Amino acid sequence: MSFGNLASRLQETMKKLKSRGKLTEKDVDVALREVRLALLEADVHYKVVKDFVNTVKSRAIGHEVLNSLSPAQQVIKIVDQELAALMGGTQSKIALASKPPTVIMMVGLQGAGKTTTSGKLARLLHSQGHRPLLVAADVYRPAAIKQLMVLGEQINIPVFEMGEDDPVVIAKTAFQHGMSHGNDVIILDTAGRLHIDTELMDELKNIRKETQPHEILLVVDAMTGQDAVNVAQSFNEQLGLDGAILTKLDGDARGGAALSIKSVTGIPIKYVAISEKMDGLEVFHPDRMASRILGMGDMLSLIEKAEASFDQNKAKELSDKLQKDGFTLEDFQEQLEQVKKMGPLNQLVGMMPGMGNLKQLQGMEVDESHLKRIEAIIRSMTVEERRHPEIIAGSRRKRIARGSGTRVQDVNRLLKQFEQTRQMMKQFTSIDKKSKKGKKLFSLFQ
Amino acid sequence: MGWKNIFSHREKTETDVELQTEEIEEIAEPISKSGLFARLKQGLTKTREGFVGKVEQLVRGRKIDDELFEELEEILIQADVGVPTTMMLTERLRLRVSESKSTEGNQIQVWLKEEIVQLLQANNETLVLSDQKPAGIMVVGVNGAGKTTTIGKLAHRLSNEGAKVLLGAGDTFRAAAIEQLRVWADRVGVDIIAHNSGSDPAAVAFDTVAAARARDCNVFILDTAGRLQTKTNLMAELGKVHRVVIRELGRELDEVLLVVDATTGQNALSQAKLFSESVPLTGIVLTKLDGTAKGGIILALAHELKLPVKLIGVGETYTDLQDFDAKEFAQALFA
Ligand SMILES: Nc1nc2c(ncn2[C@@H]2O[C@H](COP(=O)(O)OP(=O)(O)OP(=O)(O)O)[C@@H](O)[C@H]2O)c(=O)[nH]1
Ligand SMILES: [Mg+2]
Repeated sequence: MSFGNLASRLQETMKKLKSRGKLTEKDVDVALREVRLALLEADVHYKVVKDFVNTVKSRAIGHEVLNSLSPAQQVIKIVDQELAALMGGTQSKIALASKPPTVIMMVGLQGAGKTTTSGKLARLLHSQGHRPLLVAADVYRPAAIKQLMVLGEQINIPVFEMGEDDPVVIAKTAFQHGMSHGNDVIILDTAGRLHIDTELMDELKNIRKETQPHEILLVVDAMTGQDAVNVAQSFNEQLGLDGAILTKLDGDARGGAALSIKSVTGIPIKYVAISEKMDGLEVFHPDRMASRILGMGDMLSLIEKAEASFDQNKAKELSDKLQKDGFTLEDFQEQLEQVKKMGPLNQLVGMMPGMGNLKQLQGMEVDESHLKRIEAIIRSMTVEERRHPEIIAGSRRKRIARGSGTRVQDVNRLLKQFEQTRQMMKQFTSIDKKSKKGKKLFSLFQ
Repeated sequence: MGWKNIFSHREKTETDVELQTEEIEEIAEPISKSGLFARLKQGLTKTREGFVGKVEQLVRGRKIDDELFEELEEILIQADVGVPTTMMLTERLRLRVSESKSTEGNQIQVWLKEEIVQLLQANNETLVLSDQKPAGIMVVGVNGAGKTTTIGKLAHRLSNEGAKVLLGAGDTFRAAAIEQLRVWADRVGVDIIAHNSGSDPAAVAFDTVAAARARDCNVFILDTAGRLQTKTNLMAELGKVHRVVIRELGRELDEVLLVVDATTGQNALSQAKLFSESVPLTGIVLTKLDGTAKGGIILALAHELKLPVKLIGVGETYTDLQDFDAKEFAQALFA
């Protein structure tokens, strides 16, 4: 199983490449092999992967390696930009009808999350000043109607239901009901169905014919594999989709389906569902999704900040240090200097791939005054102590505390945090090794 | 096509109560083995066409070369087999090619089938329930995987075999989850233990075991709320429910089944791995194989985690549950 940390994997494999000037074909090939694997592990459709890799390759070769970045970082940047572009440059919103009510029809496979998402969407629109009506048109799954009614009650949105009547009739009647009750948005929760089930797909076509939806939204589980493309394509051909909503993104699914769907069908992802709670629906951000698919956290923002404020040689030294285990208090101090130019440390840490989730980091909130104290403490150490923090025993700690105008507890805390950071770095290198195992044989799309 | 038959009686079973009872009686007759097999094949028609059809097309009249292997890899990847398992399979095929010095493309198909059967068979186990009363089954999985539906199907099958079955409505979280299970209980004619929505699932679990014992049931099946495997608090809750069950039962459960949607990609591995950290999984139920998803994740699960697939879901009615049998599965896949 992979930990999907493409950024560190890339840096590891590309460490040996010492490109100066322009990216060579060799740099790019080495990098793209990793990118290809990461995308496949994220369940991006294999054809999309193939096309994507070719695009990046042609763009990257000959590209100038910026002074502040390593070739690996440079490739990541290009990959990330291309990915975000492919996923849709900007976020797309729901098109509201000029003459209300706007009809939104939710469709998708069984278990994708249509009912919950209908509720969330209603709540979101309500909070924007609309008066949505939820319509229970799933008459097949046991207690689906009840589920929507319970949700409606929770979020205080009216639910229209007619029991297990014909869904086409229900939709039509609901439309009339909404018109006469001043609802400006009507959300149809339809039953989950297979795209190859002609009978049930015909039912959707009939609902569409009768209610003329302004938005037909495909609800897709973020954990979907290679089949996502077939599903989206088929629903799109039969109904004409206006957008997709990606659900269950609060888990560890990398959500490659988003990319597949967008690039094969052209349908924009409009929202993502990120919690079981009713407020867990967010507008889709292509750039965030790109980083997620690559398993890179907000690596790009980090790279951008690095570009803006890092001294080129220091940055290179630092990234080399990060790769190795030899992380000392000296490096820590030097890092702090750079970090101060880049903004709050905890924000920065959160942007580093994988680090945001690490438990060890949770107690490590760092504010600016704290930063100053840390600097003072490190400055009061001898060079020997900075390089070998393990020699800092009780008496040395007292001396350092006195010298820096802090308390022994502060020194203790710093040393502990430093040790945690160092452990973390170690963990990263070992994760790195694990995830690399056994990929050498893979020749796909070479 | 197979799925059409599976769905053609959907309206009756889902909406017409009278017809439903008729159907229960009809189905109550022992289902013949060939019937099961035909149904499995029906459900797998799509899988077969999509997956094997492609392999067949690929190898026909071709010589074995690198290009052929690359295309084979693409087919496997497209079936959600995943990179590591795909590499393992093609590596084994390459080995066999170099050993036999065969250059006939057709040979690849034969070998691939053998390799897949071997991989799946190593994990081939069926549902095992003890004679001790009550036997216990717990069903877990991510949201929407098909847990509750599988329980309905399983309850139908077991009570059909003459077992006295009790269901436990352990999903007290999702809206109307209890009602959903209740509909299944009514539909297949078994009892259910349920508390109010929002109550403690461990208490429901406790009561289910106690009631199963008091009512002299052969087996109880406990539903649980869907949860993403990364939510540590919810996974801890699941662990607690499990502990309560085995404490009250006085022994391990007979089956702790992880329900996995066949449409799932590589995340199924994470699911299996993390769920097994909270509860001792005994096997997997692979649902929704009646769709176009190729089901290749089974191979990855067998290869990387050695978890046996025990049952498969091939539709939405209570007869759409089959034993997973490696040979039959591969056979149907390659027929
Ligand atoms: N086509 C098909 N649909 C299935 C199958 N199994 C379950 N479903 C459908 O998938 C949807 C979700 O099933 P549920 O049983 O409610 O899933 P669950 O895991 O209990 O869901 P939560 O409790 O909400 O987490 C329902 O519409 C089921 O009818 C199957 O084998 N084939
Ligand atoms: Mg359920």
